[in-house]
Amino acid sequence: MRNSKLFILAFVSLTLMAPNFVYAMHIMEGFLPPIWAIIWTIVALPFVIKGFSNVNSIVKNEPDKKLLLALAGAFVFVLSAFKIPSVTGSCSHPTGVGLGAILFGPTAMSAIGVIVLLFQALLLAHGGITTLGANTFSMAIVGPLVSFGVYKLMKKNGVKSTISVFFAVSLGDLITYVVTSLQLTLAYPDPSGGFIASLGKFLSIFALTQIPLAIAEGLLAVIVYNLIVEYKKEGGLAIENI
Amino acid sequence: MKTFNKNIILLALVIIIATLPLIIKSDADFGGADGEAKGVITEIAPDYKPWFSPIWEPPSGEIESVLFSLQAVIGSSIIAFYFGYMKGKRKSANN
Repeated sequence: MRNSKLFILAFVSLTLMAPNFVYAMHIMEGFLPPIWAIIWTIVALPFVIKGFSNVNSIVKNEPDKKLLLALAGAFVFVLSAFKIPSVTGSCSHPTGVGLGAILFGPTAMSAIGVIVLLFQALLLAHGGITTLGANTFSMAIVGPLVSFGVYKLMKKNGVKSTISVFFAVSLGDLITYVVTSLQLTLAYPDPSGGFIASLGKFLSIFALTQIPLAIAEGLLAVIVYNLIVEYKKEGGLAIENI
Repeated sequence: MKTFNKNIILLALVIIIATLPLIIKSDADFGGADGEAKGVITEIAPDYKPWFSPIWEPPSGEIESVLFSLQAVIGSSIIAFYFGYMKGKRKSANN
């Protein structure tokens, strides 16, 4: 109980520390200078390759889990299509990768995340090919890693599964957009105020908006998690082990 | 509490979170992210020219929304299939 209070406190203070944010989404096509486009692609590549090999091995060696993997991917598809209005008066969308990261580990979601980002870059002009590496790093690598880590940590401290799922997914969602802000800051330090001034501006665009959405994503993930647990016998899953 | 009831409450919360902004910020324009971030970039680096533009863009807002819906439909079909399948499996196991 004490631990779960501590986590709630950490979550709330993280939320309050975030400055006044306005908008939030992926980095637009062509808006990262070539050098950064290359750097982020190189950084993201090994995670994505590992992700595809993990997904491959799940499909091959654990056919029982194939359907659940499809479900985790479907959750990403649905959630990243939802542009939800936020209290800041603008819209953003959740990422959906947190739930899958809890079920399958972070790298599996790197593969699924990249597929969704490609879909949006090619068909919706949302995000982009040149910014795919950077967006993959924030949404499909750091987000799932944080969700996975928070979930493991909270479970280890004896926090209830559903509460752990909520905080893991919400924080993973929020951190994705903090990383987006950092990436833009690195590419565009403010000429007068430097790194910090720039970071403030980008954070103010990319995260207060995201806070309510992160909470909504956490709640939706708990709904799906509850249903998975409800049908765990039929799904052939040992859900306690995850 | 039954899972179903719990989930209904959680879903109600999500709906409140998603609709509340429309009420308390009824004069806002609820635009997307991209424009505002572009504004900050041009403010910090006025000379920056995007060096690449999308290969293909949806020709209108309508086409864009149909593609976003398509994305959501693909996802929700799979989710609905999963739980429908599990429910059917349970039913046939009980018979």
